[in-house]
Amino acid sequence: MRADALRRSNGSDGPPNRSSVDPPAGVARLLSGVGTDGGTMTHEAHLDRWGHLPEWRGATFIDELETSGLRGHGGAWFPVGLKWRDIRASRLRAPIVVANGAEGEPASGKDRLLIEQVPHLVLDGAVVAAQALGASRVVVHVPARSVRTVTSAIESRQQHAPDPVGFDVVVAPDRFLAGQESAVVSTVNGRNPGIPTFTGLRTIRERGVDGRPTLVQNVETLAHVALIARFGAGWFRRIGTHDSPGTALVTVTGRWSEPRIIEAPLGVPLGQILGLESGEARSVQGVLLGGYGGGWVATADALAMPFTEEAARLLGTSIGAGVVALLPTGACPLSEVSRVVTYLEGQGAGQCGPCVNGLALLATAMNQLAFRPKSLRGGLSAIPTLCGLVEGRGACRHPDGVARFIRSALQVFSDHAAAHIQRGICQSTAAPFLPLPPGRHSRLATPRSR
Amino acid sequence: MSPKRYTLVVDPIACDGHGVCAELLPERIRLDPWGFPIIESGAVPAQLLDHAQRAAVSCPRLALTLVELDS
Repeated sequence: MRADALRRSNGSDGPPNRSSVDPPAGVARLLSGVGTDGGTMTHEAHLDRWGHLPEWRGATFIDELETSGLRGHGGAWFPVGLKWRDIRASRLRAPIVVANGAEGEPASGKDRLLIEQVPHLVLDGAVVAAQALGASRVVVHVPARSVRTVTSAIESRQQHAPDPVGFDVVVAPDRFLAGQESAVVSTVNGRNPGIPTFTGLRTIRERGVDGRPTLVQNVETLAHVALIARFGAGWFRRIGTHDSPGTALVTVTGRWSEPRIIEAPLGVPLGQILGLESGEARSVQGVLLGGYGGGWVATADALAMPFTEEAARLLGTSIGAGVVALLPTGACPLSEVSRVVTYLEGQGAGQCGPCVNGLALLATAMNQLAFRPKSLRGGLSAIPTLCGLVEGRGACRHPDGVARFIRSALQVFSDHAAAHIQRGICQSTAAPFLPLPPGRHSRLATPRSR
Repeated sequence: MSPKRYTLVVDPIACDGHGVCAELLPERIRLDPWGFPIIESGAVPAQLLDHAQRAAVSCPRLALTLVELDS
């Protein structure tokens, strides 16, 4: 028997039927109960840990979500309640919910961790979304490597406690742009997988998969939804700031010997999250926030920054999908940036003239600055000018991200860049630092002899 | 009630860089080094609306649109 009698009409009163499980009190929320062995939490273990999903009536959960202040963890930090309300309001046809775990960003690993270790938290969140929006279909969009885990998670749910929605699993291509909203819709629609489209003044929310209103929501966001549905907005806000409540999964490269995924309280200074005071940070040359579409920040500024999207924007960047990379001294920042820009140029969809032409020139210019600075025509100032020619001129934000990555590098590493121009390359022998998928990401990997 | 305001929007995927638009509406559109249009943002002044309309319909790729701005 369903707990209809326990439903409440007003979402702000909290979950309709109290969860049998106590909410996590500490910072480990999504990751509480996640083992270190990398194994998948079974549906039984999931229900033991979190209890059953409460049943929210119709759209009442959207009120709760708005009260919670949850924002999208895919990188845009858009208010989730507002997005859902928009879709709910614009529905002429039943909407589609897409759980987006494409994670094309090479420096991020949190979506993969969630999908492979706690898939039921993600699927719960997608079910809550489907019920709140009146959708009958959920598409789980994940890279090929995670398809088996997701499929068997869905099967075990159907055996134990069937969900009121149908699931489809769609393979996300291994491309940097695979998780971009309109690219996700291309993939799910079976046309040009992983390639963004021009949405103009329309939005994917209005017209996406099969022309229906579509919610494309990052899998971490959905996992937070699964906990808000159980424990309510009041609990969710116990951590974080007013504008950025809750926790975030952060993929950290360069702090420990291996990249690590941690759950961080939003609003706490990054240095404190990393256990790194500014005095100990002399071995860090600069900090990349937000991944390869994000930007570089001077080490002291980054460590002092409260970890929120608002604070990152004040520093000219974004925390994106929760990506932090601490560039060690000894690495040549320009060769790091050059490798990544060459990769990003190759990852473009090749559709928009300014992006195709501009990114090719930017990749060449960054390569010259890193390895053959004498051949850089127009000097250093030519590079920001080129950035200006690509910004805001693509169907998607790919060129804007590349431009921000480059501009911020030239600011934070301006002394290093000037030294390359004046004294020649720095002859760093450090191994490549920033993670990239296998492949050749340098046009002139070895500097020309004399 | 104020008159409707319009802006020019290019679909950068459809655009092939023919450059017709920049010839017909140099007041609002110039070309980048590769021949793709750079369009002034914001509302098109009323006295240029006819020219803007002509530029939009003359685009061989139908990549240029005159869209109404929310008031």
